[in-house]
Amino acid sequence: MVHFGDLKPKKGKIHIEKDRCKGCAFCVEYCPKDVLELSEEFNVKGYHPPIVKNEDDCLYCQLCETICPEFAIFVTLKKEEEEGEKGENRP
Amino acid sequence: MKKEDRLEQRHPIEDLLRMDRIPHIWCPGCGIGTVVTSFAEALRKSEVDLDKIAVISGIGCTGRVAGYVKLDSIHTTHGRAVPVATGLKLANPELKVVVFSGDGDIAGIGGNHFIHAARRNMDIMIICVNNFNYAMTGGQVAATTPRDANASTAPYGNFEYPFSLPYLAEASGATYVARWTALHLRRVTKSMQEALGKRGFSFIEVITPCVTLYARRNRLGDGLNLLKYYYEKSEIQHGADTRTLDISYQGKLIVGKFVDIEKPTFLDCMNEHLGKVLGDKYQPYGVNND
Amino acid sequence: MKTDPKGVLTGSHYLDGDYALAEGALAAGCRFFAGYPITPSTETAERFSERIPSVGGVFIQMEDELASISALIGAVWGGQKVMTVTSGPGFSLMMENIGLACMLETPLVIANVQRGGPSTGLPTLTGQQDMMQVKWGSHGDYKIIAFSPDSPQECFDLTIEAFNLSETYRVPTFVMTDECVGHMHEKVVIPPAEEIELVERKWYTGPKDKYLPFKPDKDMIPFMVKIGEGYHFHITGLTHDEQGYPVINAECQDVLVRHLNDKITMNADKIIRTEEEKIDNAEVIVISYGITSRVTTKAVRKAREAGIKVGTIRLITVWPFPEKRIKELAKKVKAFVVPEINYGQMVLEVERCAAGQAPAVHVPHCGGWVHDPDDIFKAIKEAAK
Repeated sequence: MVHFGDLKPKKGKIHIEKDRCKGCAFCVEYCPKDVLELSEEFNVKGYHPPIVKNEDDCLYCQLCETICPEFAIFVTLKKEEEEGEKGENRP
Repeated sequence: MKKEDRLEQRHPIEDLLRMDRIPHIWCPGCGIGTVVTSFAEALRKSEVDLDKIAVISGIGCTGRVAGYVKLDSIHTTHGRAVPVATGLKLANPELKVVVFSGDGDIAGIGGNHFIHAARRNMDIMIICVNNFNYAMTGGQVAATTPRDANASTAPYGNFEYPFSLPYLAEASGATYVARWTALHLRRVTKSMQEALGKRGFSFIEVITPCVTLYARRNRLGDGLNLLKYYYEKSEIQHGADTRTLDISYQGKLIVGKFVDIEKPTFLDCMNEHLGKVLGDKYQPYGVNND
Repeated sequence: MKTDPKGVLTGSHYLDGDYALAEGALAAGCRFFAGYPITPSTETAERFSERIPSVGGVFIQMEDELASISALIGAVWGGQKVMTVTSGPGFSLMMENIGLACMLETPLVIANVQRGGPSTGLPTLTGQQDMMQVKWGSHGDYKIIAFSPDSPQECFDLTIEAFNLSETYRVPTFVMTDECVGHMHEKVVIPPAEEIELVERKWYTGPKDKYLPFKPDKDMIPFMVKIGEGYHFHITGLTHDEQGYPVINAECQDVLVRHLNDKITMNADKIIRTEEEKIDNAEVIVISYGITSRVTTKAVRKAREAGIKVGTIRLITVWPFPEKRIKELAKKVKAFVVPEINYGQMVLEVERCAAGQAPAVHVPHCGGWVHDPDDIFKAIKEAAK
């Protein structure tokens, strides 16, 4: 029997290739947990790449990775040790 | 890129791209990169043998895809991606041949080749990125430009009727027809996966934003505005009648999987028919590889 | 390398030129034909479609000539030896992708059974009006190899030669015949398969990650692979570097254009084939090719009976043109006489190579029939004065 208490949402670690970004903001707009925002800084091409506002909210849905037309952002799965207490932070 | 800025891990798609040619030439907000990512995901998920797949492109913005994917690829002349793919598939039926090209290339200049390859049910897969104009050359009107839209050669608005590509594909004999927008990321991947595993002529139209040309000439905003339009106006209707799929300017976008049937391919028909008529004298072609 | 005996119809046959082209292709190992019907070449396609099911391979009638040549390019990179046949109007349609084939250094054979032109012209009557088009037809600077058979037997033999040369030099090769030779029925002797020598495609055998599709080897010709073997290579019709990646600048263009042209020009001596007769001490030399060379024999005989010292050169390869030979002979003869079934094509090459040292007398025939030998005889007489 499955205990719902043991199930946890996944957590993701976001990697951004800043200098590949062309500032289209698709990732910012479509992140379901509003984890990203456009930064104030310029990258080497003169665009504002995204930065992670709140990494703890990232669910590893990988939508930013899939929608980015520049292959400039991707998400890796955070391992359990990185997540903190087991089961405590379940929504 | 400064050494400190380089990430410890690489983007998973980098194995499938010619990283020595990245960054690519597509504009900020262009959806082609998104479609390529969906394609890469589909290749990974369908576990297709990467040595046995070929990507053929024509001329145009989408035509540049062949140069960016790290697979056997040919960048052909304008409109001739489909017959080159036909020749390649017939020469080596073991290969999975994917035509990745734009709406102008496939349905404009390449229209004749498109309908005949569909008619023959050639076992090839077509990914048609539809941005409603000839973008690479500056945004001219295309066979898919909606009526009343502006284009550089229709500066007072387009008055011609456009094609409905899924209708054209189905009427010509395609066995898999789907339309999505670039925003339907996972569904595009799913359709591509299905088509990669399917025998016969598969056609997937992906409507993508063209910011620098189509959107700019029609004052539609930037990539985000176009994606918003897709979000608001697209409606999934699997199995819809392809006769009802016309796209009016900024109108409703009916998306979904419209056709998914089984039909013998060109080589199936050739082997079956000639085998029947000629009996033992016939040398079957490519049968071990299907 | 030896040919696959399945495709060789050994024996003595009574065939027309069109059929002989198809038999030549099959004997050369061609197992893929994509074409479109056009008079007077259709019989080649029909013969191929009849024969290929029992030999093993693919015949596909494409929707137009543009599709035909495109399918050929795809099939070559899939590993096959390929051929198509067409005539004037279809040849014009194929031009863009002939350029692509030259750019991609793709070996393939195209036979043009010429007819009267321009445009729809005389579909059922002969002409030799595409001789300049075969060299210059597509845009840009490139070189090709073209043969001109004068009989159905040569249609068979030269098609095999054409395949061999196209594989040797990785270049599209043309068999420029005409409606007369195409529809002429004559004895064609097809030898046993063991006697047919084929040139194998220059396959690459090195490490996969080091393959460069356009890097010239010592003999100026790059190695080739086929799609589906794990090379993951890219080729494009854009100006490209050795790796096949597009490089859009003047430096790369210079290297590429020189390579595409020099690989043929520098090997011209190995490619050029002519048939010379009584050249020593000749006062007048008649240069002809294809069906016209057969008509010329009667005129030359009459001229010799009249006491004129006439030599003949029959061009078996029309391109590359035997420039050096003509330049050399121009110093020794009174004139060249060039009969051809067009309004002046190869005569321009003769004139250019003669460089004013001997006139090139043209004997034109605008098409639809062969020359009257008397016209050629009159021209020879005039030239000998």
